[in-house]
Amino acid sequence: MPDIKFSKSVVFINSAVPLVLLGWDAYHNRLGANPLEFVTHTTGTLTLVFLVLSLAVTPLRKLLGLPWLVQLRRMLGIYAYFYGCIHLLCYIWFDKSFKFGEIWQDTFKRPFIFLGMLSLFVMTPLAITSTNQMVKRLGGQRWNRLHKLAYPAAIAGVLHYYLLVKADTRIPVSFGIVLALLLGYRILNKFFPSATQRIPARNLKVSKSD
Amino acid sequence: MLIKKDDDVKSSEITDEKLYHGRRKFIRGAILAATATTTGLLYRKLAVPSREKSNADSAKSNDGGKSAGSGYLTPEGEAANKFEDITNYNNYYEFSTAKDGVAEEAKGFVTRPWTVEVSGLVHKAKTFDLEDILRLSPLEDRVYRMRCVEAWSMVIPWLGFPLSKILEQVEPMSGAKYVKFITLFDPKRMPNQTESILPWPYVEGLRLDEAMHPLTILAAGLYGKMLLPQNGAPLRLVVPWKYGFKSIKSIVQIVLTDKQPNSTWSDVAPREYGFYSNVNPQVSHPRWSQASERRIGEWGRRDTLMFNGYGNQVAQLYSGMDLKANY
Repeated sequence: MPDIKFSKSVVFINSAVPLVLLGWDAYHNRLGANPLEFVTHTTGTLTLVFLVLSLAVTPLRKLLGLPWLVQLRRMLGIYAYFYGCIHLLCYIWFDKSFKFGEIWQDTFKRPFIFLGMLSLFVMTPLAITSTNQMVKRLGGQRWNRLHKLAYPAAIAGVLHYYLLVKADTRIPVSFGIVLALLLGYRILNKFFPSATQRIPARNLKVSKSD
Repeated sequence: MLIKKDDDVKSSEITDEKLYHGRRKFIRGAILAATATTTGLLYRKLAVPSREKSNADSAKSNDGGKSAGSGYLTPEGEAANKFEDITNYNNYYEFSTAKDGVAEEAKGFVTRPWTVEVSGLVHKAKTFDLEDILRLSPLEDRVYRMRCVEAWSMVIPWLGFPLSKILEQVEPMSGAKYVKFITLFDPKRMPNQTESILPWPYVEGLRLDEAMHPLTILAAGLYGKMLLPQNGAPLRLVVPWKYGFKSIKSIVQIVLTDKQPNSTWSDVAPREYGFYSNVNPQVSHPRWSQASERRIGEWGRRDTLMFNGYGNQVAQLYSGMDLKANY
């Protein structure tokens, strides 16, 4: 039985590494010629990375028969929201200097900005309801249904990235492919559950006749 | 079951009790350190702009170009950007689509021998050796603003000569109305040309009067030294009142025509990039506004200037034209 507290600390520390390195590089003025753009871009990418990681938990735990992986999922989701908020702050501060009138205009005039805002907007109730208390308040079924919003959040995030690129769409497309696989797994799992998951021996129901 | 005899294990080999109790802590610490290091290395590989490598290059230019300006100012008194920034933040997809990756990928790009063929509607078509081109006219320092369509900008101290000098050499015919430019196509030397990110070779065009304008130059140097590959060596166009992508790099061919030439970005996304592409804060790119820009080296944003601040010299070229329709 894995030590879940330790596993969580491994995830916590590793997820903070990019932020620490960003700060370290910023302090040493090593963020390139356009540091504000670099921070904005990197935090955006990290948001997508953590969204994808959090969506990879369920396929992995079912395919590998490791149910305890689900206990790491909340931290991954919170990190996605965390990096997403920093990314939004970069836009509001560095690009728009807190001019909220312009930001409002941008959101409805520029599809890629709208999609980015949508993604973070959708992730907010997920972050708020991530606590154990909230799970109890909503009840498992309602909570699960609410948290399916992670799917549109991720899709909007990938589209946001795809639409802002000028010509080299390789990275957003790669994210899209990975996301398609992770979402596709859920569709497959619904219709072919025995094929897509490995049930750990101790969870197998042993019929009474044995 | 094998029961060890007492003298099989020396007492000195017995693990120290403190270590024994702390073994799990040790293992956990080792796992944390190993994973964090791996994550860090992965991040470094994928994210960090390779600024370190440029230090060798910046040492070569006169004062290192370390201080912004180093004496190079626009007529309006703006200081040139640092050499290190100008040579490590480039849109040159032939080498890399990462602005901070072009310098590394373009290292070693061979620019000699180099020829430029000038042909089309001219009386005296000629293929020039680079050395001949550089002798046509004394090279001058031209400190220009460069505004990228992506809404960032720099001040760049080019070293070049007016494009008109080379066009006069070939004597354009009276029917010539446009000038087309073509970049080198050689996937062996420009590795990204094996990927179809843009249709290669890169092409651009100007109206003849824009090409003959005194501001339009062919640049062969930067900060008083020959151009580095990432800046378009050995010869590139600079049209400072238009978005940067019009200033085509590593030119091998110039053709005088009577029909408006196509240009690569217009071909790729005609609704976003037009033939004229004059810097214009009132005409937004479909996906973002062009009203402001980030000057590299500054923290705030600046208002974008009509014609990138060169309106008093070029506005007359477009009098009567609808610049929204002719974006």
